[in-house]
Amino acid sequence: MAEFDPHRPSTIDRVAPIAAIAILAAVPPVAGLLGDPFLIKVATRVVVFAIAAIGLNLVVGYAGLVSLLHAGLFGVGGYVVGVAAWHEFNGEALGLGPVAWAGTADLAITLPLAGLLAGIVALVTGVVSLRTSGPYFLMITLAFDQMLYYGAVALQKYGGEDGLQILSTITFAGRDVSARTPFFYLALTILAATVFLLGRVVGSRFGVVLRAAAENERRVTVTGIPPYAYRLTAFVVSGVVCGLAGALLASGQQFVSPADMSWVRSGDLVVMAVLGGLSTLWGPIVGAAAFVVLELVLSSWTQYWQLAFGAIIVVVVLTLRGGLADLVKLATQGRDAR
Amino acid sequence: MTFALFAEQLLNGIQFGVTLFLMASGLTLVFGIMNFINLAHGSLYMAGAFLAAAVQAATGSFLLGVLVAIPATAALGAALEFGLFRRFYARNHLDQVLVTFGVVLMANEATRLIFGPVPLRMPLPEALAGSIEIVPGLVYPTFRLVVLAVGLAVAGLLWLVVMKTRLGMWVRAGSSNRAIASAMGVDVGLVFAGLFAFGAGLAGLAGLMAGPILAVQVGMGEPILILALVVTVIGGIGSIRGAFAAALLVGLVDTFGRVMLPPALGSMAIFLLMALILAFKPKGLFPVHG
Repeated sequence: MAEFDPHRPSTIDRVAPIAAIAILAAVPPVAGLLGDPFLIKVATRVVVFAIAAIGLNLVVGYAGLVSLLHAGLFGVGGYVVGVAAWHEFNGEALGLGPVAWAGTADLAITLPLAGLLAGIVALVTGVVSLRTSGPYFLMITLAFDQMLYYGAVALQKYGGEDGLQILSTITFAGRDVSARTPFFYLALTILAATVFLLGRVVGSRFGVVLRAAAENERRVTVTGIPPYAYRLTAFVVSGVVCGLAGALLASGQQFVSPADMSWVRSGDLVVMAVLGGLSTLWGPIVGAAAFVVLELVLSSWTQYWQLAFGAIIVVVVLTLRGGLADLVKLATQGRDAR
Repeated sequence: MTFALFAEQLLNGIQFGVTLFLMASGLTLVFGIMNFINLAHGSLYMAGAFLAAAVQAATGSFLLGVLVAIPATAALGAALEFGLFRRFYARNHLDQVLVTFGVVLMANEATRLIFGPVPLRMPLPEALAGSIEIVPGLVYPTFRLVVLAVGLAVAGLLWLVVMKTRLGMWVRAGSSNRAIASAMGVDVGLVFAGLFAFGAGLAGLAGLMAGPILAVQVGMGEPILILALVVTVIGGIGSIRGAFAAALLVGLVDTFGRVMLPPALGSMAIFLLMALILAFKPKGLFPVHG
């Protein structure tokens, strides 16, 4: 199969994700040497947004569908962690019909749950949105994102518009992972797993169909393959991944709020996926790193950092059509072409 | 629900609907004809409100604020079209989303930088500040009635221009087939720029009319942008008629949803309506292209 695939990954595409994860893995010891534990916090943020951007990229980059829903799915994951921890901390059972659940702050339970719920929301919204295409799809996902946002604002019990503080100690399978370093490595492990699994997905027949449908839907359809089913699957998978990332962000900053679900955040995620370069697995990691570092550097210079950030987006879109990955590709093109 | 309350909500719904129409008509024309997704349309709405409030604060005249803000917003729209967006008509939707998203971020921060984080006040002149008793038992704010009338007048004018003039013919021709309209000698570039500026002016008008009712603050353009997008999608992208019908529908459903449903459902009613309509009519109520 692979030799017929025009999108066959280049050497760079195979090495870059491993290199990116290796560089990130080295952050905690380096931060220890420099005596700057804040670096670990920054790296955690990079990892979490990289997971979300990779998930979103399956839809935007491979399936060619611009979704502005994903901050909502991200937030669904975050609220699963937040609400479960709230019930655990307050000793008040969460009534789910006939079942009462005591809640938990254990990520071994809440992470899968976050992925599951985000996946279900992605399925329900995807069934409707994917009936449409192009600009309609974009606007519908935007509207669904807004709907989830209002849904979170309406959760008066869990802080409403102000958001929900997570007061419990975050654990994973009983072990305390609330400290910076263990939490970072937990997130990094999930990033590595995501990269590996999605790498298998996009390299498979499934991935080929997804990209083919983005390039020429009619041709795929007459081959006897229904693009809808493939797109819906990709949409749900990306929803699950974003849900996991949202759960990690909420656990890491011990806070979740509707602000993380606004459509502007969805735009940020798309920017991360695109800034790094679409249709590669490692592009979104670069994009997430660039986003977090820019956010940090610009906001330390001026409180009006989004003015500069907006200008950077405009310039990048005007000049670099393939995102930052283009720079690397340009630099290595000579070798790779042969 | 008493009759007076019902009538008041009905008027509120229609008034909100026509405001949405002012936003959505620009959006749907720009989209239908230039095939351009403009997320920065909400920023023009915000610009209209801020310009009017600033001029009013400086001169003390509400009318002067209105008279300056509308052409100024249109000029701002023309500048954006000429300087930036024009390059993106031929690009894919993803690039359009990104560039307009970048502009939204810049517009919000620039506004915060210039006017500060505190919402501006837009006091109404005395003639508009009061209420009128329309029928016995139904008292309604004068300004909201004016908004309603202006919205309906603009909708009527737009219909006249689009259906009865040569300019409107170009617009319709461009909307149904850009390439052929251009081949038949329509100066598409000029029509596009004019149309964009016109849509911007309408967004500015919607913004300045919302100013005295809501707060003039940074980020005010985003909720209305999203509702206007919903209107555009429900109505069918590119269809003025569809935009008008959908704007009234959305205005009414939103207003009554907030009064009659529990708060969580009330703010989501619109989106449920949209999902329902699109599940059956994926191209909206009044599809333009095939």
